[in-house]
Amino acid sequence: MPVSFFLVLSALLFSIGIYGVLARQHAVLVLLSIELMLNAVNINLVAFSAMLQEAGLGGQVFALFVIAVAAAEVGVGLAIVILIYRNRQSVDLDELDLMKW
Amino acid sequence: MNLEYFVFGVMFVMALGASLAMLFARNAVHAALFLVVTQVALALGFLLQGAFFVAAVQIILYAGAIMVLFLFVIMLLGVDTREALIDPLPGQRPLAIGLGGLLAAEILWVAVRGVELAAGGEDQATALTELNQNPGNVKALAAELFSRYLLPFEATSVLLVVAIVGVMVLARRIGRVPNTGTGAESASGSDKEGAAA
Repeated sequence: MPVSFFLVLSALLFSIGIYGVLARQHAVLVLLSIELMLNAVNINLVAFSAMLQEAGLGGQVFALFVIAVAAAEVGVGLAIVILIYRNRQSVDLDELDLMKW
Repeated sequence: MNLEYFVFGVMFVMALGASLAMLFARNAVHAALFLVVTQVALALGFLLQGAFFVAAVQIILYAGAIMVLFLFVIMLLGVDTREALIDPLPGQRPLAIGLGGLLAAEILWVAVRGVELAAGGEDQATALTELNQNPGNVKALAAELFSRYLLPFEATSVLLVVAIVGVMVLARRIGRVPNTGTGAESASGSDKEGAAA
């Protein structure tokens, strides 16, 4: 199977994630879009790991690292979301204008 | 070979359709469930490329732990918080569509053209199956992870510990007598650290 199939899928998923981060207003949905982008990166890593087989399984190892970093990021991000909700009773990102000049 | 392409096609449609549905879902719970579908489809893609261990971790950790954490927080914040369809910043949504489309075009071009230039991406199935059969995927992965990538591995564990401590500090209530409402929220904090670890 040509590796470019997986690269195309990854590019589409990454762009969908970019759109979600730019356009959604619910903070949890923005975090979900970030997860989608991390997943797209994982597809690329595994696809290149399968393509460059002589170089070892480094791509799959890095996919595992990305998953671990995503777990840490989700924990901290959702804690921040809960904190924002506790302080302002809203998770709408457009209402977070505390630092707007 | 034909079966492989068929499975890839199913996986492609499933992942792309579910992520698009996630993008346009008004309800946050629906969006999270669509992301679960996307991640299961991607695990199928990992299986297709011989990354068995990564596929298992993807389902257990991503579609299991992390998405449960998301659903938990969505439930905590209230399910019926829907987005307003009007955007206060005028032109944000079309601009986001334009920029996202531009990025997609760029990455697609680089992906297809770059692989053509590298001229190595035609058929990698033989070497992969050989490596997956001789030491086995998990064994080969462990040998890489605990020898060559030992330092990043340890750094990742430090990162997880730091994240757990950070979440505990963030989710803690400072200097307030806990009433009936706070009991559930402090329980949510401990749940979250369990999932993040």
